[in-house]
Amino acid sequence: MSDYLIELKNIGKRFGGVRALEDVSLAIRPGEIHCLAGENGSGKSTIIKVMSGIYTPDEGEIVIDGEPVGRLDPIRAVGHGIQVIYQDFSLFGNLTVAENLALNTYLLEGRSRMDWHRAHEMARDVLARIGVAIDPDAEVGSLPTSGKQIVAIARAILARARLIVMDEPTTALTRHEVEALFTIVRDLKAQGIAILFVSHKMREMLEISERLTVFRNGRKVAEGAMRDFDEATITHAMTGLDLTDDPYRPEIPDGPPLLEVTGLSVPGTVERVALSLRPGEIVGISGLIGSGRTELARALFGMEPRMTGEIRLDGRPARPRSVQEAIARGIAYVPEDRLTEGLFLPQSIERNLVVSILDRLRRGLFLDRRAVRARTAEMFAAMQIAAPSPETPAGNLSGGNAQRVMLGRWLLTGARVLILNGPTVGVDVGSKATIHRIIRDLATRDGLAVLMISDDVPELVTNCNRIHVMHRGRFVAELAGAEMTETRINDTLKTLT
Amino acid sequence: MKILNSTEFVIACVLVAAMVLIGLVNPAFWGFDNLFSLAKSNVVIGIMALGVLLVMISGGIDVSLPSFAVAALYIVVRAMVELNYDGVLLPFIAAALIGLVLGAFNALIIERFRMIPLIVTLGTASIVRGLLLGLMGASIVNINKMPKELIAFGKHDLVTVQAANGASYGLTAMVLVYLGLAVAMHLVLRYTMIGRSVYAYGTDAESARRAGFNTRRTIWFVYCTAGLLAGLAGMLHTSMIWQANPRDFQGLELDVIAAVVLGGASIFGGRGSVLGTLIGVFMLVMVKNSLILLKVDTTWQRVVVGMIIVTATAITARRDRRKLA
Amino acid sequence: MTTTPETRPLIRRLLGSDAAIAQLVVITVLIFVAMTAMNPDKFLRYYNFESISYIMPELGILSIAMMIAMLTGGIDLSVVGVANLAAIVAGVYFRIPAVQEAIGAGGAGVVMHTVAAVLIALLVGLAAGVINGLLIARLRIIPILATLGTGQIFAGLALVLTGGPAIVGFPQTWAWIGTGKILGLATPLWVLIVVALLVAVALTRTTLGVSLMLIGTNPRAAIFAGIRSGRMILYSYMLTGVLSAIAGVLLSGRTNSAKADFGASYLLQAVLIAVLGGTNPAGGKGRVLGVLLALIALMLLSSGLQIMRMSNFLIDAVWGGFLVVVIAINYLRSQK
Repeated sequence: MSDYLIELKNIGKRFGGVRALEDVSLAIRPGEIHCLAGENGSGKSTIIKVMSGIYTPDEGEIVIDGEPVGRLDPIRAVGHGIQVIYQDFSLFGNLTVAENLALNTYLLEGRSRMDWHRAHEMARDVLARIGVAIDPDAEVGSLPTSGKQIVAIARAILARARLIVMDEPTTALTRHEVEALFTIVRDLKAQGIAILFVSHKMREMLEISERLTVFRNGRKVAEGAMRDFDEATITHAMTGLDLTDDPYRPEIPDGPPLLEVTGLSVPGTVERVALSLRPGEIVGISGLIGSGRTELARALFGMEPRMTGEIRLDGRPARPRSVQEAIARGIAYVPEDRLTEGLFLPQSIERNLVVSILDRLRRGLFLDRRAVRARTAEMFAAMQIAAPSPETPAGNLSGGNAQRVMLGRWLLTGARVLILNGPTVGVDVGSKATIHRIIRDLATRDGLAVLMISDDVPELVTNCNRIHVMHRGRFVAELAGAEMTETRINDTLKTLT
Repeated sequence: MKILNSTEFVIACVLVAAMVLIGLVNPAFWGFDNLFSLAKSNVVIGIMALGVLLVMISGGIDVSLPSFAVAALYIVVRAMVELNYDGVLLPFIAAALIGLVLGAFNALIIERFRMIPLIVTLGTASIVRGLLLGLMGASIVNINKMPKELIAFGKHDLVTVQAANGASYGLTAMVLVYLGLAVAMHLVLRYTMIGRSVYAYGTDAESARRAGFNTRRTIWFVYCTAGLLAGLAGMLHTSMIWQANPRDFQGLELDVIAAVVLGGASIFGGRGSVLGTLIGVFMLVMVKNSLILLKVDTTWQRVVVGMIIVTATAITARRDRRKLA
Repeated sequence: MTTTPETRPLIRRLLGSDAAIAQLVVITVLIFVAMTAMNPDKFLRYYNFESISYIMPELGILSIAMMIAMLTGGIDLSVVGVANLAAIVAGVYFRIPAVQEAIGAGGAGVVMHTVAAVLIALLVGLAAGVINGLLIARLRIIPILATLGTGQIFAGLALVLTGGPAIVGFPQTWAWIGTGKILGLATPLWVLIVVALLVAVALTRTTLGVSLMLIGTNPRAAIFAGIRSGRMILYSYMLTGVLSAIAGVLLSGRTNSAKADFGASYLLQAVLIAVLGGTNPAGGKGRVLGVLLALIALMLLSSGLQIMRMSNFLIDAVWGGFLVVVIAINYLRSQK
């Protein structure tokens, strides 16, 4: 019997001309909690897909229980007890918990009859085994994220998992829910099930993992027992850089605030938030998904018609009733998910840039083509967008360039308040620094007031003048100056329930 | 209470209210003759609606079923006349098979070429109707030429009621075929894995694939079954009206879809039930038939059907939007 | 960084780098050659093309309307209903005794009342478009179902207005719209040319056109970018409604009558031509030039088949088959 449950040896995988994985090895022992760390684009998701049989590697060997397996396909991977829980959980929202749990097992057993009675029994058993109380008759779509995650874990257990791979499992969870998840995970370990966490959230991983593997640019750059690492060494391994970003601490001239928000509420999500932004200031908001941070941003951008409270720009009341009004008043919002909410992927960069000023580029009935081209050229240069031409579809751009197009779009509107939601999600390390520099320039040089919402605590600490911690729709803490450290913020987040 | 919140309950309440209202305006509504004829009108559109329900749960839409039904019935009846064959079972099997093959054609294009079902079925509907009328002619097989056993089969009644004036009204036994198919469909949807795969596919095709469903098989099952049901519906139609007209069912696809939507199925997929569809079909047929009882000119029928579609979809659009938010 | 060179040859600029357009040109030429070869002495006659030029425009305008609805990922299944309703309302106008009297008197009154009837027809189309647009953009009913329902309503109202039989008795001036000539070309063809040019310019050179493409590409991003999506979608269905009404005027002018169930097969054909012309039914892509090429290809095909005495039913089947073939070709091309 081998020491390892699964060994991936010298795996290589290429997509067209791009090397996604190069000579990568990863080995997982039965019943261990292993962490796979790496930035976006480091090859983490590719290796998961190799393990679960979705991708066939170009080079290398996969060994399970000491036996080399030739080609691994999804069904054989499941047969070997490998279960992947993706970030979206792949559950059926319209179906009940019991059915979601039973479907996989029945499919595995090749059944053709849907046995509801047994489905309920299975659901009750497995939920009891995890130790949570979820109604098997509830529709999965009505559960909170943490509940869906538990259903996904339960489903993996029912499929006789020996290794559960969890992709960014803590992103949407409150600290309290993370604790609950870790309890479940330790319990699974005790039952001999190995766990592979794939994550870039170092602190939480340090807490629970026993061993660590770090990927960077498709290669393995570090591995070993967790106790041999600390946050700094892991970050160094992940990025290949020491933290080069100097903190952003410019002198903000005292003066009246540009944006002033008092008593802003959105029923059910945001409660009586007060906020002020001066020109040149970058203010951060740290909070979990569901803390109301996105709704706050949407409210400022005129997308929450039920909002109450006061919003002033330059001291004048300026509560936007629509997106168009917000844009006209100089408010800009770069949403969280560039691909679904930001860009028009098959359309040209030019159209992506000028979309929000189409009305201003009109001469009579028609668009002024010369003006369109001129404004595009201007932003193309100012944002240093690397693309063959403005006709290139936005879908061909890298994460960093795509984000520059988004920023360029808002600069064209003459925005004075810039709201950024997850400004560097899905952006590689090199571009991340450039985007931070662009944002800082916009603040210092152009006098924009920036509101930065981010999951990435170090990003907030290095780029913001002040940071608000948001929880359950309220600002629960404000940190500035010397008290603005990663530890402080993480500690604050930790105490929240 | 869960039941009180269910879509079926709401539709049933609306139905009862409508029945009471129509009955108040014209008490003839409650006469056996009217109720029996209503039940009869449910059969053909209802069986097709079961097919469309299946397609809609899978997230698609199908406007080709009426042309498949008419093709099946006309080919079979013409063949029977040519061959001098008379019988019941074999013709029904043949019609079902014709429907199945045509449904497989839909499945092939939708599954292989990943095209939007609406556009595919618009195309196949016109191919089938065009070929039928172009190759087989447009002549009607009337009652004199219709196979006698088929007519006899269509004449079966469950119960007959003697009215005061001596006329007798029967409740056609075809209702049993309809209800039998409905129960079968309910059992398949609820208690088989292939039935559940239709819901899973309609909810989220990608997740269904990941979960290990053979989603190709699901699509084939959905469109083939729908075609098969259309074939059966066509055959029942011809044996109940004692003639075979290749121009029948023009525009019926809209009524069928309206009935299914009225029954609470979501055009976004993943939602819909046989019970709801039965009620939706009954409601649509009842409103259309009752316009005469309510002394509304028949030319208004299409306007009313249109209004019903728009109102029903406006309500479900609100519901689905709430669910999505 | 580079700018688009202004020196691109005119032909490339017209056709764009669109592979779908190139494919269409090939298909059209192939059909033309095949039909000429199969009907050596009958196909290449002036009369044949002249008759195409009278029939083609009404379908062409409906197809352009369908393409506009598809730009935002929608569809308009009510176009034929709107066309017939518009023509019938115009027919009803001509039945008003005062109007009949004025037309009987001849002179400028005839032209005036004809113009008035055209305007009334267009207004009917506009109103129908507003209803569709409001249902889709405000009540957020999915376009298939909304226009399925309104299509029934419009067709039903047309039936109510006529009571069943066709409306006849349009004045000569009305018939001229459908059968007359300007500068040696069929009047309807002129109408198609003008409509095509206007729509092409509107789609590429105006805020409305660009917005519709962007909404169709990514409706969520359109909201975040500050596009007035609801209003733009409403406008697009208003445009679709007006275009349908124009098609209705041409159809009733050509046949000198109006009926509730005219042109039923046009619905499928309009969808087919729009899709064949490179329009993406999921939204975001569509060009007038593509639609026109597809229209010409199919008109040549059916006129050739008619010369070969194929029945109209079979020609319908051929069109449906063509749709399936095009879907297959597009799929295979996207797989490369």
